[in-house]
Amino acid sequence: MSADAAVIRAAVTRRLEGTGRPLRERLFHVLLVTCLVVAVLFLVVLLAYVLAKGWDRLDSRLWTEQPTARVRRVDQSGVQSAIFGTIWVISLTALFCMPVGIAAAIYLEEYARPELWVNRLIELNIQNLAAVPSIVYGILALGFIARGPLGLGFTVLTAAITLSLLVLPIVIIASREAIRAVPNSIRDGSLALGATRWQTVRRQVLPSAVPGIATGSILALSRAIGEAAPLLLIGAAGFIAFNPDGLDSRFTVLPIQIFNFVRLPQAAFHTLAWAAIVILLAILLVMNSLAIYIRNHYQQRW
Amino acid sequence: MASVTGESVRGTARRSLGRTRPRYGELIIKVLLFLAAGLSVATTLAIVASLIPPTVEFFQRVSPIEFFTGTDWTALFKNPKYGVLPLVAGTLIITGVAVLIAVPLGLGTAIYLSEYAHPRVRAFFKPILEVLAGIPTVVYGFFALVAITPILQDYLPWDVDIYNGFAAAFVMGIMIIPTVASLSEDAMSAVPHSLRDGAYALGSSRMIVSVRVVVPAALSGIVAAVILAISRAIGETMIVAIAAGNRPNWGWNPFEQMATMTAYIAGAGQGDLPTGSFEYKTIFAVGALLFTMTFVMNLISIRLVRKYREVYE
Repeated sequence: MSADAAVIRAAVTRRLEGTGRPLRERLFHVLLVTCLVVAVLFLVVLLAYVLAKGWDRLDSRLWTEQPTARVRRVDQSGVQSAIFGTIWVISLTALFCMPVGIAAAIYLEEYARPELWVNRLIELNIQNLAAVPSIVYGILALGFIARGPLGLGFTVLTAAITLSLLVLPIVIIASREAIRAVPNSIRDGSLALGATRWQTVRRQVLPSAVPGIATGSILALSRAIGEAAPLLLIGAAGFIAFNPDGLDSRFTVLPIQIFNFVRLPQAAFHTLAWAAIVILLAILLVMNSLAIYIRNHYQQRW
Repeated sequence: MASVTGESVRGTARRSLGRTRPRYGELIIKVLLFLAAGLSVATTLAIVASLIPPTVEFFQRVSPIEFFTGTDWTALFKNPKYGVLPLVAGTLIITGVAVLIAVPLGLGTAIYLSEYAHPRVRAFFKPILEVLAGIPTVVYGFFALVAITPILQDYLPWDVDIYNGFAAAFVMGIMIIPTVASLSEDAMSAVPHSLRDGAYALGSSRMIVSVRVVVPAALSGIVAAVILAISRAIGETMIVAIAAGNRPNWGWNPFEQMATMTAYIAGAGQGDLPTGSFEYKTIFAVGALLFTMTFVMNLISIRLVRKYREVYE
């Protein structure tokens, strides 16, 4: 709908606008397009470069073998422990951050009165947390979760809690937008029929907001998958050659394992790193496509 | 303002539409939801709580004067010196170069997408730009080290270290283009069409409308986008840790090896330092400085975003 309106507006504007100085106008237009092209071109080059560098090493050894730092064994080296570590940590992260994030979004959109100072503080705080550097969450993990008050050690659980806190603001902000997009007439109708506020939220608002919440959560989790900095501080950087077997297991994840290979001087390890990057990007691509698919096919238009 | 009153009238109406007898189940749910929202405040408090004690202990041994004015940072060596300026300089150089790349390109992209592009073109390119922001930073760092640095070494007439700040800053600049572009575009789209129509009616061309009407009208949003981009650049860790080396350097040449605050934290933190050791506390002292810097910038950015929302919505 609104896209059509925008097309009509664009056509009308084109008839209205003055021509200015044609050469200067044209140069400006070209300059703007160049900005976009530079960014997109960089992306294309980067992806092509990654594929070209990692292609030869992209085989089953990556997921059947464990990582090693010994150059004589580089041909029998893979990233199995990192793949399993990523699956463990991200599944737990989803388990933690989605219920809490959605609950917080429901509170802020459906219950909180914006004029109360507590709610304003929460809102301001979430906006700030969304822009706190990820390494600071690593410091939080080191000083508060792994050691200090919680003392959970350098474990899968610590990593999942850390990443949950890191992406929580993103989940909250996305879920709030999805909830806000549900029109008020739906809520008023439900309340007028005698439903309680929670019944209204659970039976009317949430079902309509699910696609938006799902899209936002998937994008938040894909941010968590690529995150390395905070996990460096909680001991993920050693060469860990075993898969995690529980919440209290030590672990490594794909970005950290890539970082480990990158720091070794031998070219063979760099090739291995590129191949692991292909896997990491493939996972992210699948998740992003899923998010866009959900957004385009299930999103309700009011 | 009008919408705020409308909202509270609606809120009152909704409250009186609901049942009046207290329902304890509803109350419990409300409390649980509030706790979930409150967790974010607890997170901030926990960050501050984990930063303050080691930082205080750090400053009991190192005077703030040495910390803030010293030009040597050798915290992990024998006879350590704790002048944080080289780390701050590294952070500022890399952030500066990254922002010089990201702001013109991001702003150009935003003006193009908001004022020039066909809606379908915009719908096609916006997600692609987001991909640029979604690529893990280890990948950017590795790309800077292996692909960008050799090009710099081959084509620039002066010396370029294998690990150098410029390559890191360059890829970081590209990475934060979407941050600048998407926030600025939001701000430009929020500029009312009547402003543009007025300028067109006076015979302005599209370039004049973009540069003299839309950009100034969206300026607070654009500035907020730039500040957020700076904040992201200051906080970026992996690109710098991989491509810029990790040697504190009190100099202003971006083509030399350097360390940033984040790179120091990442480098020192992965060595599994004993909890009580003084080296361990340096991580928190540098972290406290980093957190404070980004915190101030985030607040400014949030305030500016609110300002333009208030004006046009």
